[in-house]
Amino acid sequence: MVPVPNTPRGRRLLARANIAAALRDVLRNQGFLEVDTPLMIQAPAPEPSIEAFAVPQGRGAADLFLIPSPELNLKRLLSRGFRKIFQMGPVFRKGERGRYHLPEFRMLEWYRSDAGYEELMADCEILLGQAARACGLDGSTLLFEGREIDIRPPFQRMTVDEAFRSFAGWTPGPSPDLSRFNEDMATKVEPNLPKNRPVFLMDYPAACASLARLKDGHSEVAERVELYVAGIELANGFSELTDRAEQEERFRRDGLRRLELGLAPYPPPEAFLASLQDLPPCAGMALGVDRLVMLMTDATSIDEVVPFVPEAIPADARTTPGADCA
Amino acid sequence: MYESSDLRKGLKIVIDGDPYIVTDFQFSKPGKGQALYRCKLKNMVTGYTMDRTYRSGEKFEPANLDEAHMQYLYKDSDGYHFMDTRTYNQVRVTEDHVGDAKNFLSENMEVDVLFFQDTPIDISLPIFVELRVAKAAPGVRGDTATGATKPVTLDTGYELQVPLFIEEGEVLKIDTRTGQYVERAKK
Repeated sequence: MVPVPNTPRGRRLLARANIAAALRDVLRNQGFLEVDTPLMIQAPAPEPSIEAFAVPQGRGAADLFLIPSPELNLKRLLSRGFRKIFQMGPVFRKGERGRYHLPEFRMLEWYRSDAGYEELMADCEILLGQAARACGLDGSTLLFEGREIDIRPPFQRMTVDEAFRSFAGWTPGPSPDLSRFNEDMATKVEPNLPKNRPVFLMDYPAACASLARLKDGHSEVAERVELYVAGIELANGFSELTDRAEQEERFRRDGLRRLELGLAPYPPPEAFLASLQDLPPCAGMALGVDRLVMLMTDATSIDEVVPFVPEAIPADARTTPGADCA
Repeated sequence: MYESSDLRKGLKIVIDGDPYIVTDFQFSKPGKGQALYRCKLKNMVTGYTMDRTYRSGEKFEPANLDEAHMQYLYKDSDGYHFMDTRTYNQVRVTEDHVGDAKNFLSENMEVDVLFFQDTPIDISLPIFVELRVAKAAPGVRGDTATGATKPVTLDTGYELQVPLFIEEGEVLKIDTRTGQYVERAKK
């Protein structure tokens, strides 16, 4: 029995520790190796919408960057013959703060060689069930925001095309206007996804592929999948792109987009690009552990599932009577 | 000018010539896409509420409200009455415009009243106030090592959680930003 204060925060931090242990156990029992790739790297992937914190090195040396994700180094390990690996730890994204966002949050990211995004979806079904059992739940139902969520496999699946046609009234095709796609995803699609079951939103437009490979024979979509539970984005996974030329071209376009938006350029990820020639067919997924804990403990805000938040007094700190004082 | 990344609950901006306050705010970043700032906004003069979704990089005009340092006098069916401590001018602020501050007002308390043009539309409280406990059940004997708390009601009618040793009639120091108990007031 692990003693914790008898407060909502105490109970949630205990659940958090138990969930992390369960996630680790599921992967270890399937032969995954846990690794700790660096939290400081020379070259983050040049995403137009993810800002990395720069770490000054002084003495004329180039800045390092805190990882927004361990993806690039984990793929380098796959290229070196490590076939099943995972990393669970902090990742950092500048300017992301809100009810479901912290600039520093905990990510579980796992990779399988000789696998595609289908295997990742099966992994998620098992991970959620085991995480729930680790909190003393029965592994088949969650109670969240007043609703029962049935988390028994198989989870529901929906393509991005189906979701947009049903909830936004248009079909994105391979190259939708990204602003319109993004806004409708947040305001029309995500809020209308089923809330009583987890759902995999899959097969994203090619323009939104990120580091995912395009589908064989259907190059208008990328093999990318996102897991949503109760309308909250929980995990993002890809059948990974292994073609160096295509990856370089995507990085080049993203780099230009960053400059257009007035964002600082990053050094090209040379070590990662060089490793692609040895990257086997593989698939990898990144899951937000804090949000998973929110779902398992019926938390209203990500602030409730971490020991401390960056601000001295959070912006919307006005509490209601009976709120936790701990 | 404010930028999208400044948006948060409580921020006051001008839209179409009227002052609005952000009453609810959701930061959203669907699937690694561009950040979206989804706000519920309330017109501080009319009380009308609306939803708006903003993208990164948008700009907002701050609502510059005139401030007058005033003393709270009393409340009646017309609203809450305040007096300017320099000019002795009195104003009446409706309950709607006083908002949550009504939970922390006590006679003669000094506050800042915010005006838009000549209408009082908001109250800005001191960070810490001292208020008396009107009603408290006795603390339950038992395991106090875990920092257990109990609810009490202040003279203003506001209910909050306090340590078990607090009794009726005590004066407490309250943080008006969070509505939480800080400590017993120093005599």
